[in-house]
Amino acid sequence: MALFDNPFTAANRLGRGCVCGRHGSAREHEAALRTEAFEAGQASEESRYGRVVEQAVMRALFPEDGRRRAFLKAVGASTAAAALATVFPLGAASEALAQTGPIEKKDLKVGFIPITCATPIIMAHPLGFYSRHGLNVEVVRTAGWAVIRDKTINKEYDAAHMLAPMPIAMTMGAGSNPIPYAVGAIENINGQAITLATKHKDKRDPRDWKGFRFAVPFDYSMHNYLLRYYLAEAGIDPDRDVQIRSVPPPEMVANLRADNIDGFLGPDPFNQRAVFDGVGFIHILSKELWDGHPCCAFAASRDFVTTLPNTYRALLKSIIDATAHAQKAENRKAIAEAIAAPNYLNQPVTVLEQILTGTYADGLGQVKRDPNRIQFDPFPWDSFAVWILTQMKRWGQIKGDVDYAGIARQVFLATDAGAMMKELGLTPPTATTKTFAVMGKAFDPAKPEDYVASFAIKRA
Amino acid sequence: MPRSVGLRAFVLSVLIFAVFLLAWHVAVRGGGAGAATVDPEYAKLVGAAAATGGQTPMPGPIDVGRTIWKHLSDPFYVRGTNDMGIGIQLAYSLARVLTGFGLAVVVAVPLGFLIGMSQLVYRALDPFIQVMKPISPLAWMPLALYTIKDSSLSSIFVIFICSLWPMLINTAFGVASVRKDWLNVARTLEVGPFRKAFTVILPAAAPTILTGMRISVGIAWLVIVAAEMLVGGTGIGYFVWNQWNNLSLTDIITAILLIGLVGMALDQVLARLTRFVTYPE
Repeated sequence: MALFDNPFTAANRLGRGCVCGRHGSAREHEAALRTEAFEAGQASEESRYGRVVEQAVMRALFPEDGRRRAFLKAVGASTAAAALATVFPLGAASEALAQTGPIEKKDLKVGFIPITCATPIIMAHPLGFYSRHGLNVEVVRTAGWAVIRDKTINKEYDAAHMLAPMPIAMTMGAGSNPIPYAVGAIENINGQAITLATKHKDKRDPRDWKGFRFAVPFDYSMHNYLLRYYLAEAGIDPDRDVQIRSVPPPEMVANLRADNIDGFLGPDPFNQRAVFDGVGFIHILSKELWDGHPCCAFAASRDFVTTLPNTYRALLKSIIDATAHAQKAENRKAIAEAIAAPNYLNQPVTVLEQILTGTYADGLGQVKRDPNRIQFDPFPWDSFAVWILTQMKRWGQIKGDVDYAGIARQVFLATDAGAMMKELGLTPPTATTKTFAVMGKAFDPAKPEDYVASFAIKRA
Repeated sequence: MPRSVGLRAFVLSVLIFAVFLLAWHVAVRGGGAGAATVDPEYAKLVGAAAATGGQTPMPGPIDVGRTIWKHLSDPFYVRGTNDMGIGIQLAYSLARVLTGFGLAVVVAVPLGFLIGMSQLVYRALDPFIQVMKPISPLAWMPLALYTIKDSSLSSIFVIFICSLWPMLINTAFGVASVRKDWLNVARTLEVGPFRKAFTVILPAAAPTILTGMRISVGIAWLVIVAAEMLVGGTGIGYFVWNQWNNLSLTDIITAILLIGLVGMALDQVLARLTRFVTYPE
């Protein structure tokens, strides 16, 4: 489906060919789509959004392309459009989607924590993605997760890099006052690891880890949930058999060196930094627990999303644009160099390069290659939020009845992200939920309570 | 004789410093000399020490000296929001300290006067002062961030609240312990209350008040580093946090040294002022 084709022309096919039937291969199709989206960008915004809405409506009315063509041939394009307009408020729908209009606030502040998860948010600054979408964004390095939370609540930051579970916790009022927050896009998927102190290099089986002291960056983090999951799968109760502390990532490396913790599940660059400094080794990448798990998010308050809609859209667009750029392997080296500067991550380039390219030293004398060590996929699947909620429930962070799907929809703005991806010429998924497996165990987002109940080790 | 003591003390100081540097240099040279050589591709990906199976050692005095020189030779650059020279960071911290401290002076000295001159006020305020005084300044930080909703104002507030108490208590003490004879003389001469406060009590209590200020400024300088590490953004405390994030010990040591020197300078300024207002009896 060429996104901006006129659905009222019989010659055009909206149906499911290659996907559009006009190109030889899917690759060719994608390339054409991208040029088209770019060219359409030059055209008036309004007609562009109009096309997208009209297409959706026509496709809904005529699931079979043949019938649509027959209909159009019979009554003519303009009659069809007029007839359609009487039964469906096309204008209002395109307006709702486009919300065209001037950007309300051009000078923005976006906070970030200096870890590789924030790559799209950070690199959008030196590589010009914000300015490309008409914004003047200042990216501000911030000292910790609680500070990021407080500064976004205080409106010192317009939007911020957050751990994916944080906006959910904030919306529900877990660990702070309930303030409605929204996840516009996921920053990165995968990209974490369990790092152990070098002295434990012979204890590679988690069942031997009783009595270990671990660190995670924050209570409401994927790191915490993944580490707990991994330990519990090995029969270790994360609350009784080991200690899990909340420790800022740079201190994890220092504590590992000081023999104060035995390991951590933390964000990069600190896993690789521990290897670089010779204090630890990478036991397992988080992608080996759950390939494609979300980690950090681009978040803003509901208030910002609704009161400055055009600004929010431009910002989200820059972020998704940057995320797509970061996902391409051929850009990774340049990105590592751009974000290693003292103004951004302030880290050695070789450390960042190993993380982003996936060719890395594991701390045990081997060079490993995994180009998918960290990936960038902006789509905020509702089912990610549901999974996070099941783990919050599992470990007693939230109690009582939980409206899993409702909160997921409220916080993870999957539809908006999808629309934005389309505008940028990307192909978003058509659904907002999906099933996936964590450590081989399937998760069905439709049955969260059964999932929570299925675990042997839990606090709920 | 005193001159020669001074000279000898100086020589001894230099000697101690030299011994310290030498010991430091020798102590950090030992580590990281493992013989295990690894695959050169692997070695390229890790730090020099890790490549031979060791840990990155504590930096030696030469590395630190090089870093200090690097920072001091270009202290005032600004390369974006998150990368500014150490001189600019120090200036931010100093500005915060002086603002908070100035506000505290404005509140503490008049209030201290009141407390010192009136038994009633003293008795009434004493419980509050006793409870507020021992609260760690950083404990105020979350509350300040929540209520003031501005991080730079919050750090100024924290400086204010922690500089307040020593000044308040010292001012009250100084005012209360002005010699009774002098107050009696003032009374027989029928001096008005304002004139009494400015011409009799203030000069008499000035050395004590300034001692309180000297303690306060010392505490304020201690606190700003911690506050900025917590809140981030700018300042020397943030610089330390940022280099900590980079796990760069040489930069941290540089910052520690500069924090010490600036703190000493602040203390010396107030010590001079104290000497200036002290009168011989």
